[in-house]
Amino acid sequence: MDNKDKLFGLIDLNWRFELTKFKQVGKLFKSRWFPLLPIIVNLFIFVIILLAGFIGGYSSGSYNFGIMIVWILWWVMLMFILVPGFSRSWCLMCPFPIFSDWFQRKRLFGVRQGKLEGLGLKWPKQLKNMWVMNIGFLVTTFFSGLFTVKPFATFVLLGGIILLAFLIGLIFEKRSFCLYVCPVSGFQGLYAQFATAEIRRMNPELCKNHKVKTCFVGNECGYGCPWMLTPFDFKKNTYCGMCLECFKTCPYDNMGFFLRPPGVDLLSDTPREPRRLDEAWKAFIMLGIAAVFFLTMQGPWGVLKDMVRQATFKGWLIFITLHSFFCLVGIPGIFFIFSCLSKLFSGNKEVSLRQIFINFAYTLVPIGLGVWIAFSVGIILPNGSYLIHVISDPFAWGWNLFGTAHFPWTPVFTGSLGYIQGFVLVIFYLFATALGFRLSKQTYLDLSQAKRGWIPILIFLTLVTILFLWLYLG
Amino acid sequence: MKKLIIVLLSVLCFTATSYAAERFFEIKAKRFVYTPSIIKVNKGDLVRIRLISEDVTHGFFLDGYGLNTSTHPGQEGFLQFVADKPGRFTFRCSVTCGEFHPYMVGYFVVEKNLRLYLFVLLTVLLGVGSLLIILKNKPQQAHDNNPPQEPTMNTSNG
Repeated sequence: MDNKDKLFGLIDLNWRFELTKFKQVGKLFKSRWFPLLPIIVNLFIFVIILLAGFIGGYSSGSYNFGIMIVWILWWVMLMFILVPGFSRSWCLMCPFPIFSDWFQRKRLFGVRQGKLEGLGLKWPKQLKNMWVMNIGFLVTTFFSGLFTVKPFATFVLLGGIILLAFLIGLIFEKRSFCLYVCPVSGFQGLYAQFATAEIRRMNPELCKNHKVKTCFVGNECGYGCPWMLTPFDFKKNTYCGMCLECFKTCPYDNMGFFLRPPGVDLLSDTPREPRRLDEAWKAFIMLGIAAVFFLTMQGPWGVLKDMVRQATFKGWLIFITLHSFFCLVGIPGIFFIFSCLSKLFSGNKEVSLRQIFINFAYTLVPIGLGVWIAFSVGIILPNGSYLIHVISDPFAWGWNLFGTAHFPWTPVFTGSLGYIQGFVLVIFYLFATALGFRLSKQTYLDLSQAKRGWIPILIFLTLVTILFLWLYLG
Repeated sequence: MKKLIIVLLSVLCFTATSYAAERFFEIKAKRFVYTPSIIKVNKGDLVRIRLISEDVTHGFFLDGYGLNTSTHPGQEGFLQFVADKPGRFTFRCSVTCGEFHPYMVGYFVVEKNLRLYLFVLLTVLLGVGSLLIILKNKPQQAHDNNPPQEPTMNTSNG
């Protein structure tokens, strides 16, 4: 993007607004209490969630604290506000890795100097990508008919993730779990590329002249980047867990938290942080899961519901086979055909088909995010009122802590659901087209090739949007 | 594009001139599924619904119309209303009936589903429009085939 590149002719892609320039925000980001405090608050909430799943009285999912907070409130917040607005801000306050951090550092608050505890092994080179997360998240969705409705299944899932985070922390260095395994991490990283916020260093010269990269190695004020990034020069949100250690370790206060236009990272492709096939597949998988979730959860087809809720083992096997094929092969396969068409239309002989396929796959980031936001609206508007009930009776033991235990189920604005979902899909389609043509310009050698090569991809994005419009409204 | 607009206008005219009818549906509710799970009527139709449960107590809440009824084995629920709002509306079980209760839904479609047509038309128009803009624009500067330039972190522009 050049200096005057404006999205829709309006939004300067180089625009940034630094929030840390406000003294209180800057001070907060430097404090060791932040993000520890929100992590502890969330840990408390997740303890209640686990208890509700394990010892809570019998309750169907809609009246269980764990189910409601995790799958209605947290999931919707994640897709609706946290990721599109503030990048991986959930990782900032996520309590799952707190036990491995505690073990490695032997303290929660202060800074431990020197080597961390644990074996500290390096994560296998072949697995330093999103593939484990891709498969892990897909496999998790095989059990969506259990996790999202059975409190004990949610307990098993969350308990398993916390345990796995701890075990991996014993064996591998720093936040290897968050970076390479956590099923929630991958899609956050992918969609964080569209987020309207970023953490970046401010003055590159300062970092260049700072010989000891304290943001990477750590000092007495904080740890070297637990996500094993180089905060002094990274350019994408994808793998920044926003732990804020770099704010604490930088002696020049050269790290900043910025608001920015959406989707800027999608246009970034550097040798150090290139566009990758594993990230492309994450985009396909997320799109596929959204479609399958809608069909099984918000669709009227009983046969699909029976499959996903494991009414019969055979039905469930058919479900996971079709679901996996659709996400791993079907959507990428169709997209591959459109990528071939793009190369054909462009007339370009130099750029590899693989590069065309990968580059344009990032157009599915805005589309996918829009699809998930629209899906989330379809969850929260009809079911949000259950939350008011469960906060008063979290364990389904007949409590009425805040006097809301008998609050009736009250769907909100569900009559306008179709309009809201349609509007969201169209808005994100617009972003996909605007950013997509820029990707085309980066992919092909000259502008006429970029224009011609863009046409099949635009048709694909239009068809995908129409498909989801049909699913949500038709 | 003109043809598309003409087709859509024809659909609108057809909708305006279609005659209202009386429609009766017997909907059975059992284990998180309504049968039939998709019911279609035309705008202006008088709709009568009889809800029958074949296992436990189930509800029937119709989005957009705000109508609600319930049924349990041996006692049916009834609704009667004029389908005066076009579009697809979800009907949902309004009485907790088991673990899959939040997903017990069906579709009530009031033809013509202009909402869908409108958004599809909008998407196509935006896509075609963006393409025309792109194709019309002549190159103004050297083609940018490089990684994006790093934004200047001059933060006084907020």
